[in-house]
Amino acid sequence: MCNAADSGMKNTPLLETHKKLGARIVGFAGWNMPAQYTNIIDEHITTRTKVGLFDICHMGEIIASGKDVRKLIRKVMTRDMESLEENRAKYSLMCNEKGNVVDDVFLYRFASNKYMMVVNACNTKKDFEWLKLNSKGLEVDINDVSDKTGKLDVQGPLSKAVIEKASGDNAPERFCHKETNIEGVQVIISGTGYTGEQGYEVYTPWEDTEKVWNSIIKIGRDYGIKPIGLGARDTLRLESCYSLYGHEINENTTPVEAGLSWTADSKYEYIGKPVISKQKEFGTEMKLAAFEMTDNSIPREKYEVVCENEAIGKVVSGTYSPTFKKGIGIAMIKRIHAKVDSAISINIRNTVHRAKIVKRPFYHYNGGNVK
Amino acid sequence: MKNPENFKYTKEHEWISADGSVGIVGITDFAQHALTDVVFVELPQKGKNLIQLKTAAVIESVKSVSDVYSPVSGEVIEVNEKLLSNPELINKDPYGTGWIFKIRFENKDELNALMSSEEYTEMMKEH
Repeated sequence: MCNAADSGMKNTPLLETHKKLGARIVGFAGWNMPAQYTNIIDEHITTRTKVGLFDICHMGEIIASGKDVRKLIRKVMTRDMESLEENRAKYSLMCNEKGNVVDDVFLYRFASNKYMMVVNACNTKKDFEWLKLNSKGLEVDINDVSDKTGKLDVQGPLSKAVIEKASGDNAPERFCHKETNIEGVQVIISGTGYTGEQGYEVYTPWEDTEKVWNSIIKIGRDYGIKPIGLGARDTLRLESCYSLYGHEINENTTPVEAGLSWTADSKYEYIGKPVISKQKEFGTEMKLAAFEMTDNSIPREKYEVVCENEAIGKVVSGTYSPTFKKGIGIAMIKRIHAKVDSAISINIRNTVHRAKIVKRPFYHYNGGNVK
Repeated sequence: MKNPENFKYTKEHEWISADGSVGIVGITDFAQHALTDVVFVELPQKGKNLIQLKTAAVIESVKSVSDVYSPVSGEVIEVNEKLLSNPELINKDPYGTGWIFKIRFENKDELNALMSSEEYTEMMKEH
């Protein structure tokens, strides 16, 4: 699991707002976060059909700049970032020498020598140290600005309309970002998200986050906007097969095992490349596979996966899918069983339930179509 | 929603409505609220002998898995098969159509030791 090392829970600027909205507050990666406001199915469907607003202030933001910053980026990112233009953003992994995943990040390029990395809350400190360590001898400034940076996600087929009305500006294209204003607050908006829907991530000055939240809620009312908790964030991302650190990826998993070989495309030498290149060529024993239950049972993390009485792996994420109304999951299993349409079984409370491997993702990026 | 007066309750939020030596079992309104969207129910097998306050059934919401304990010891004589295709009945009508199983029991002392509606409501106030 993804646990923060420091004791004492942190709060986002919106904790009181969530409480007033009747949210259930849970601990996640060291933060008090809203798990759900109404219920997960309702919030999930709202995001798929209309628009949802998420408090994602717990995530970390690290700014890297300076003369040698591109050297650092080349060294730590598995993905080719030389092609990343200014005002664009790209998903990548950072790996260690063993080829295992240190974190998955979204890298934003602000200027020729200035980048922002958006990282998992539980990894913010670790990533900062990792970047520092790998900056030795380089002329680079690394700044953890997580405590100064609020983040609100606006996701769903009506998100573009809400963002454009709130900012009085054109919304950025997918994987692009721009500086603009909401309610007089200077924000950065990117055409990115973690739901499988058209969506935006809005970066705010920490102290103005509530003002921006209130403005988006008010403007979004005509579009049926609702606040969405981490519960639905997880079911949305799982239907779209987006990795969650501590589940699909961690420091015991390589990009190849995680089915993320496409993110290891840098032409340059980066940390972990020798192992990853070898695995890309020869394959790995274990591999992540998406599966769905063939009865109405629900797979959960850590359940055993079996095939003809042989244990072949473990479920890393599992849930009831509100979109498909059935149990779905991702499992790390022996590669020979990971082919699409293969029959597997999940051991649920000592009873074997049938499942089958399916093509990833369960839910394809929807690109703003209103259902 | 009011907790029915003639039912008995466990600390773990199950209810039993007993008539002679047969009881109908479900979970309380508080429990269904806490679980929110029930999406799967694993029922006990008919004929199975249950022990008081041991797992009898399993209820799953989107994100959680919760055990349902049997309020008394006895034999399962009927299960609510409607829950297999309509698990949300537990949310909609926890004291009625959302019942889970019927149990035949002998030990009346086990039943009498459970909380009355008043006692359960009182316990919930302290929550």
